[in-house]
Amino acid sequence: MASHLPPKSSTQHSQPASAGVASQAHEAPKGLKRWLLTTNHKEIGTLYLVLSLTMFFVGGLFAMVIRAELFQPGLQLVEPEFFNQMTTMHGLIMIFGAVMPAFVGLANWMVPLQIGAPDMALPRLNNFSFWLLPVAFTLLLSTFFMPGGAPNFGWTSYAPLSTTYSPPSTTFFILSLHMAGISSILGAINIIATILNLRTPGMRLMDMPLFVWTWLITAFLLIAVMPVLAGVITMMLLDINFGTSFFSAAGGGDPVLFQHLFWFFGHPEVYIMILPAFGIVSVIIPTFARKPLFGYASMVYATASIAILSFLVWSHHMFTVGLPLVAELFFMYSTMLIAVPTGVKVFNWVTTLFRGSITFEPPMLFALAFVVLFTIGGFSGLMLAISPADFQYHDTYFVVAHFHYVLVPGAVFAIMAGVYYWLPKWTGHYPNLRLSQWHFWLSVIGVNLTFFPMHFAGLAGMPRRIPDYALQFADFNMVTSLGAFLFGLSQLLFVLVVVLCVRGGEKAPAKAWEGGEDLEWTVPSPAPLHTFETPPDFQPRRH
Amino acid sequence: MRIRKRLVWTASGAALAVPVSGALASGWNMPVGVTDLSRDIHGLHMAIFWICVVIGIVVFGAFFYSLFRYRRSRGARPSHFREHTTVEVIWTIVPLLILVAIAIPATATLKAMYDTSEADMEVLITGQQWRWRYEYRGEDVAFLSNLATPREQIAGQGKKGEHYLREVDEPLVLPVGRKVRLLLTSDDVIHSWWVPELGVKQDAMPGFVNENWVRINEPGTYRGQCAELCGRDHGFMPVVVEAVAPERFDGWLAERRAAAAEAAMGLDRDWAMDELMERGEQVYGTICVSCHQPDGRGNPPVFPALAGNQTLMDDRARHIETVINGVAGSAMPAFRNTLNPVEIAAVITYERNAWGNETGDRVQPSAIAERIAE
Repeated sequence: MASHLPPKSSTQHSQPASAGVASQAHEAPKGLKRWLLTTNHKEIGTLYLVLSLTMFFVGGLFAMVIRAELFQPGLQLVEPEFFNQMTTMHGLIMIFGAVMPAFVGLANWMVPLQIGAPDMALPRLNNFSFWLLPVAFTLLLSTFFMPGGAPNFGWTSYAPLSTTYSPPSTTFFILSLHMAGISSILGAINIIATILNLRTPGMRLMDMPLFVWTWLITAFLLIAVMPVLAGVITMMLLDINFGTSFFSAAGGGDPVLFQHLFWFFGHPEVYIMILPAFGIVSVIIPTFARKPLFGYASMVYATASIAILSFLVWSHHMFTVGLPLVAELFFMYSTMLIAVPTGVKVFNWVTTLFRGSITFEPPMLFALAFVVLFTIGGFSGLMLAISPADFQYHDTYFVVAHFHYVLVPGAVFAIMAGVYYWLPKWTGHYPNLRLSQWHFWLSVIGVNLTFFPMHFAGLAGMPRRIPDYALQFADFNMVTSLGAFLFGLSQLLFVLVVVLCVRGGEKAPAKAWEGGEDLEWTVPSPAPLHTFETPPDFQPRRH
Repeated sequence: MRIRKRLVWTASGAALAVPVSGALASGWNMPVGVTDLSRDIHGLHMAIFWICVVIGIVVFGAFFYSLFRYRRSRGARPSHFREHTTVEVIWTIVPLLILVAIAIPATATLKAMYDTSEADMEVLITGQQWRWRYEYRGEDVAFLSNLATPREQIAGQGKKGEHYLREVDEPLVLPVGRKVRLLLTSDDVIHSWWVPELGVKQDAMPGFVNENWVRINEPGTYRGQCAELCGRDHGFMPVVVEAVAPERFDGWLAERRAAAAEAAMGLDRDWAMDELMERGEQVYGTICVSCHQPDGRGNPPVFPALAGNQTLMDDRARHIETVINGVAGSAMPAFRNTLNPVEIAAVITYERNAWGNETGDRVQPSAIAERIAE
């Protein structure tokens, strides 16, 4: 795919006159080696983004299979066994392959540019963290060709379905998840080291763009919880291959233990996928409202509060497993509490728009859709927090609707907003306006047609992860499937926009958006391979 | 341009309003249900829903107003305020108060849901891949409840019935007006027993027993299904509860007790091949078929083939042992408590003589009963 995204070093990078002297006179390798060996944050950022886009389409293809099977009642296209593999791999690929790498890619590109750093703090580690991922996902996808097929127990991998009753390929799935986890931890260390050490002189923490702030907090979440995931999947590995009984009552273990450990990772993981999205939106809305972000400090504190609370709510995924009453109450209250800082964020975005001077360029369209549709996902989240009602919502399509609203028009729209926002900086061209608008409107319509009827299907009683359903759910599912096909197809437009933008288009100046105030808009467009070799001047403007 | 934008706003407003009003119609919303608790849950659901709607109107109202009023194309000039402590404190405190207001009734409902004391009767519900087993505790009545929808309907041959995928061979029969304690467990993976109209969803954990309870107010048939992914036929594991008047329930229970005693009879006599094969085919078709398939070919490597399985044909003792006690660490459950000796003997005989497995073996119910007694 678009392998020419970043500027080529040979044409863009003007060598100093004394090129023979050691300082930076490295011969840049060409072709495949250039990408394999690169330690440049922009090239690695591009690699992450290309991988993410590829995985977005692989995971999307699985979603299309699911929606085609569910288009009407009855088993038409696939066997239940394969259907379960599709739901499992769709979740795994979208979370670990599409959303997380996209945010890391954006961080690689934009964190150094936004804090005036010449590169990431640990460039070689950066290369290693990226190249772990293609290996991990090749391994994960190869499980389709193993006897018994790919993992089929849902991305949540509840034991003992994922241990005693799992296909032999589960061991490979565990290994690939370990690799993705190591990649995330190393990437997070790199981002923290970069943000804490390489800010341009004069930039205090409270002067950083919100995208940098949210990524700093996200990186700490990653370091805290990825080892927990590693631990729990290692326990699975031992139960499967070495005769332990962590999750089997027959040997003194407990299947609920799996869920506690998994969700202690899983809930912060949810915020890992949304906090950087908050950051992107908090950067884009002020740019196109031409007005500073309202309540910068409270945005930072709200992000930190959400991150801290995310460690205290995990059992709200487990309200029906038979928790004691006290635990139910604690996790209900703590979960409801999350609505407060999240609400603050939404109010701040709306107030930023209030009395601004607003224009509707493609990045802004996606950011605005994010605010509305993410909030709808937040509302259903609040409903799910009410433990007695959750006994009815749990494991139904209502939950599927909820988390897709926060992940697709939430996280994915924010990623797309970010891509539209920074494409001029990456390529030197504006994305085609007309096509971008088509992409936006088709996506908004598609996403709502897909996920809104799921609320009704769930409330009416349709459980998730079933390949066939009772007749009263038929209408909802047909609309959902049509919406999904529309949404899936419109993403091809996105690829077209990106490819066209890489190849040409209206030239963008250094400050591609009139309201853009952060440091990335002070370097030329496209950004040369090496930027901020000397730290830029920085005037704090927020306080 | 301006008119077109206005049209877009109006259209998107209408698009939001239509589903919201539709949600109030039945079949689009959580059922009110037929127990006091399901009504309370429904009340909480609607309360938090309307709270969200009101907050949504305020927030989205301000949002769309700002987008409309402060467009640059309309000549809006940006102001530069960036903070306002009072406003920020207010919109932190007010949501907190709203949350407290909804947490109070939610806590009360939850406490009632957890009060399983003073039940009139107990039913043990056991999840198995992929059926439910119901045991009326202390009544000597237990049976399996399997999906009754014909496979042809699922495969798209023939018209789908009204209760497609939500019908079973034997429903759970419960008396109206009595408090029934539900004990839930599982023989294999995690299942979740769910009937929306009873307001009950509770996970069935292998090796642990969960509790819930129900007191049904109105007679009727209430349908639900397994809610926790439990393997291949997770979508084909319905729950059907038939609520009847207490007198009718007592009569039904007595009938079932007599029928169960009769079905287990015949331990003392020698069974002929035909009898065993006929009964065995029936058992295989309701129990074993979901994993080992109608043609006995299974679904390797997790579910091994029985047809042409040399180990099975050579080692009769191991075959019996496998069915009675299951295989530890695999998907094969123990059937000693699920099936009676007649059924076990019949199904083993069937497996040893069907699909070209011509061992000619007959396994007698008496032998199985002895083996279980050991």
